[in-house]
Amino acid sequence: MTHTAMDLVWLIPILPLLGFVLNGTLALVRPAAKTAVSVIGVSVLVAAFAVAVVVVRALVAAHPAAPVVFTYWQWMPVGTLQVNAALQVDPLSAVMLLVVTGVGSLIHIFSVGYMREDAGYARYFACLNLFVFFMLTLVLGASFPVMFVGWEGVGLCSYLLIGFWFNEQINADAGKKAFIVNRIGDFGFLVAMLLLFQHAGSLDFTSVFGTAPTVFRAGGPVITAITLFLFLGCTGKSAQIPLYTWLPDAMQGPTPVSALIHAATMVTAGVYLVARCNLLFALAPISSAVVAGIGALTALFAATIALKQWDIKRVLAYSTVSQLGYMFLGVGTGATVAGIFHLATHAFFKALLFLGSGSVIYAMHHAYHAIHSHEDAQDMRNMGGLKDYLPWTWVLMWIATLAIAGVPPLSGFFSKDEILGAAFARGGVQPVWYLFWALGLASALLTAFYMTRLMRYTFHGPNRTGEPARPHLHEAPWVMTGPLLALGALSALGGVLNLPALVGGGARLEHWLAPVTEAGAALLPAHEASRGTEWALIGVAVAVALAGMVGAFRLLQPEALLPARLAPAETGFARVLWRKWYVDELYDAVIVRPIQWLSREVLWKIVDVRLVDGAGVNGAAATSRALGWIGSKLQTGQVGFYVAVFVAGVLVVLRLAAR
Amino acid sequence: MYAHWVLTALLAWPLFAAVVIWLAPERLAKHLALSASLVELALSIPLWWTFVPAAGMQLTQMFPWIPAWGIAYTVGVDGISLFLVLLTTFLVPLSVLGSYRYITKRERSFYALLLVLTTGMIGVFVALDLFLFYVMWEVMLIPMYFIIGVWGGDNRLYAAIKFFVYTMLGSLLMLVAILGLYVTVGARTGQYSFDYAHILANVGPLGPAAWWFFGAFFLAFAIKVPVFPFHTWLPDAHVEAPTAGSVLLAGVLLKMGTYGFLRFALPFFPAVALHPAVTTVIVALSLIGILYGGLVAMVQPDFKKLIAYSSVAHLGFVMLGIWALTLQSVQGALLVMINHGISTGALFFLAGMLYERRHSRLIAAFGGIAKVVPLLAAVLTIVSLSSIGLPGTNGFVGEFLILIGTYQTHPVAAVLATIGVIVAAMYLLGALQRVIYNPLDKHENEKLPDLSLRELAVLVPLLVGIVWIGVYPKPILDRMEPSARAFIQSVRPAAR
Repeated sequence: MTHTAMDLVWLIPILPLLGFVLNGTLALVRPAAKTAVSVIGVSVLVAAFAVAVVVVRALVAAHPAAPVVFTYWQWMPVGTLQVNAALQVDPLSAVMLLVVTGVGSLIHIFSVGYMREDAGYARYFACLNLFVFFMLTLVLGASFPVMFVGWEGVGLCSYLLIGFWFNEQINADAGKKAFIVNRIGDFGFLVAMLLLFQHAGSLDFTSVFGTAPTVFRAGGPVITAITLFLFLGCTGKSAQIPLYTWLPDAMQGPTPVSALIHAATMVTAGVYLVARCNLLFALAPISSAVVAGIGALTALFAATIALKQWDIKRVLAYSTVSQLGYMFLGVGTGATVAGIFHLATHAFFKALLFLGSGSVIYAMHHAYHAIHSHEDAQDMRNMGGLKDYLPWTWVLMWIATLAIAGVPPLSGFFSKDEILGAAFARGGVQPVWYLFWALGLASALLTAFYMTRLMRYTFHGPNRTGEPARPHLHEAPWVMTGPLLALGALSALGGVLNLPALVGGGARLEHWLAPVTEAGAALLPAHEASRGTEWALIGVAVAVALAGMVGAFRLLQPEALLPARLAPAETGFARVLWRKWYVDELYDAVIVRPIQWLSREVLWKIVDVRLVDGAGVNGAAATSRALGWIGSKLQTGQVGFYVAVFVAGVLVVLRLAAR
Repeated sequence: MYAHWVLTALLAWPLFAAVVIWLAPERLAKHLALSASLVELALSIPLWWTFVPAAGMQLTQMFPWIPAWGIAYTVGVDGISLFLVLLTTFLVPLSVLGSYRYITKRERSFYALLLVLTTGMIGVFVALDLFLFYVMWEVMLIPMYFIIGVWGGDNRLYAAIKFFVYTMLGSLLMLVAILGLYVTVGARTGQYSFDYAHILANVGPLGPAAWWFFGAFFLAFAIKVPVFPFHTWLPDAHVEAPTAGSVLLAGVLLKMGTYGFLRFALPFFPAVALHPAVTTVIVALSLIGILYGGLVAMVQPDFKKLIAYSSVAHLGFVMLGIWALTLQSVQGALLVMINHGISTGALFFLAGMLYERRHSRLIAAFGGIAKVVPLLAAVLTIVSLSSIGLPGTNGFVGEFLILIGTYQTHPVAAVLATIGVIVAAMYLLGALQRVIYNPLDKHENEKLPDLSLRELAVLVPLLVGIVWIGVYPKPILDRMEPSARAFIQSVRPAAR
């Protein structure tokens, strides 16, 4: 094999791993060495991005038909199971590489400003670097088990960073919840691997996808089970119904973490997994419908909750759940490119929204801190009119808002439209997709509404921060605003990645990903919408987006809002939405507490202590003691008694012998 | 020379050192014990290279002992026992070092017993004569009884006696079965011998007697593993035992049960062991161990009890892997036996270190201490993650192999066992949170000292093991594979 720049791919994950080792060491021995931590933490990411660019350029130049696999060592070689520590470079991993290292670099830089005053600064960067290492392992892994290393690894880092301020129980609880809910999903991933190995005889991507069409009967129970178990994994990692509940709680972590892990990268891993396995899903129409259906349903459901949240980050969290639903609608429909396209544009605008909210929270926090107030720095009812104090953040967040709402020609418009268009077109073959399309469209309406609501309550109308704190509100330092500018440009222009032919674009992403999607696409029923229909769909989508925004301007009255501590409690249906449809309470009552009760009161206190140990073990001991006592009572010492027993015994023996 | 004598040296050296320690001054005891155990470790390390994977049972040595009764001193290792021997020689020096502050009374006796225990443990794994095996089984029982009963916690006598009587019950039945085999095989061949190879080669079909013999072996080993419902001695023994006792109990002694199944119970009586009814019962008990052990672990207020119940769950995986009888599942079971020794050993060390600081084993006595003892918290986190099988750590490789292998023969059991992965996260992360996270709300915890250099010296080798086996288990898997293959081939055709 000739040497190319692609050989450097191992450096991409190793650089952040090195950052973790160095920063982790500093965190334990010199936590105050913040400059060194910043230099290490940011430079490994930027270097990884640079190497990623070099590797992707080499991939563009070589343009191989099959993934380029680099095998480093044999990881689990046992009989027919041969799992190697191997990475693979192909068009799909290339897109993910650039998103992860690119957006990751910007968020690392932002963190330098945002976290500077935190005592756990070194630990923060160590965890963030480790996260990027695992995320890169996830997208570069050449087999299911290697991907699983990244898959669980990012979950671990998410756990560590959600509970970053671990001395508050609510944060530690949120971290644990995230890990355990994700593990429920990981159970699905594991079972899918067991099935795959049994039926396909391998866990390497190349080999599984190579043999899948011959090994699995299209639509058969095996492939359906495999893909459904894989998707269970996705619902955990990517926060879809029914396992989405951890993501909103994950907002307890530092805001840049929310941007990187809980918006731009980790939570999209499930979308990546379905895209990676698009061939398997194409073989399983039922699973595809489940993926698309759950995606569409989640998109709408989460959007309704976002309507009534007051915490700025919670709005964005539910928005993320909802947007991930769109991506699953895309990949479930078989529009893998559209799903990945939306993954990329969402990474830009949602990272921007989170970092922007970070700037807002930073300003609010400092203002309240300056006057020693303990008001909630994340509650939008305490904001209002911030555009005068944070003009850059205001402008940039509006760009992101228009992008997510789907206003042309910003990035989100193109990617969302492609997903909805594909769903509508598949409706021509399988009508249930019309329903999915309608759900997606309804979510688009709500998205435009709740994002406009967020912007209006935060930046417009009168300021509700309070007289004493107000003079302390100001824009964040440039180390934070700089990354926002870059993300603003990407959010605005990201559409050029895949401009559709309809508007004279070259659909570059579509051609680029063709080697990954061709085989799967060939198995899907043909569904092509006419140009007229496409234009009509675009018209509807834009109209819906504008309606949502106009509606938010007409219906909401920021002037009537009261600061959080004076605000009345929500009532009626608004309260149901504010309490998130009571799903957490439901899970708690139906699953969490019964398991706790069963384990403590039944399994431990009754089965283990009373039955097995009490009646069984100590009971046996007591019985033998009792028998011993009876035995000792027989030793009366009176010869007459012994003779009587002896005679009785002899009679019994004789009676038995005589038969 | 080395190959010929190494196993005997590994058995003799600790006994010799024990005598020396008994005679030496009290204040030197721990240092002598540490040196002796390090010498033992050094003696064992070349095994790694001397061992020839494809050669099966090797490094054997045989001396006649009581020729009239066919009893001989026969020792040897194969890919199944090699790593159990190495695990023992690896854990003993750490246990000695970990006891430096914990053990403050009768140090000479303690360390001497620890070394006698070492001989017993290694002896169980290398004995190739059933009589010798039984002797070694008892040799390791007695020191452990004293270690728990003398240096244990408040309720140590109850725990020690329970441990002793329970294990004794099993081992006496095993002795009866051994004698039964001896007589049966002797009568059949005319050659009365306790030699393992002789009995294995001539045991043949035994008819109904096989069920009784298997039952006796099963009881002895199932108590040791422990298999539900024979597990209740374990939490008591662990809670009361001093740190070194818990570490060796969990790390090595429990493996004697699973080792017994691999070496004796299955190869001797494959037709019974793999009878559909027996298989069903054992697979069911393994699953109960995994799920029930995990759920009960979750609600334990005592940290050591939690770890003890987690052992029930881990050993359930091992039992499942053995009975699934595929190459992946058996190798996975062998690896989990090693992994459990490392990870659970480390957890018990950490529980002991927490106890030395706070004189409490209750999880509720802690909280928020990551702020005060960041290094200890970081190590506890890594070890917990390895115990719950995070990929990249040793725990994952073993459990994954068991699951993949088990699915091929018992798919439903494999899927149910996979649920154990969720339960493991529930109990260990829950405990981790209540120990190192949450508010630092207890005054006594505000000034805890972080890990000392001695403590680091105990923990770092275990951390290296955790990462090494997680990332590059191949050298170990390669050395196990021929023996695992031979085990499966010897058992499977015979079962039909």
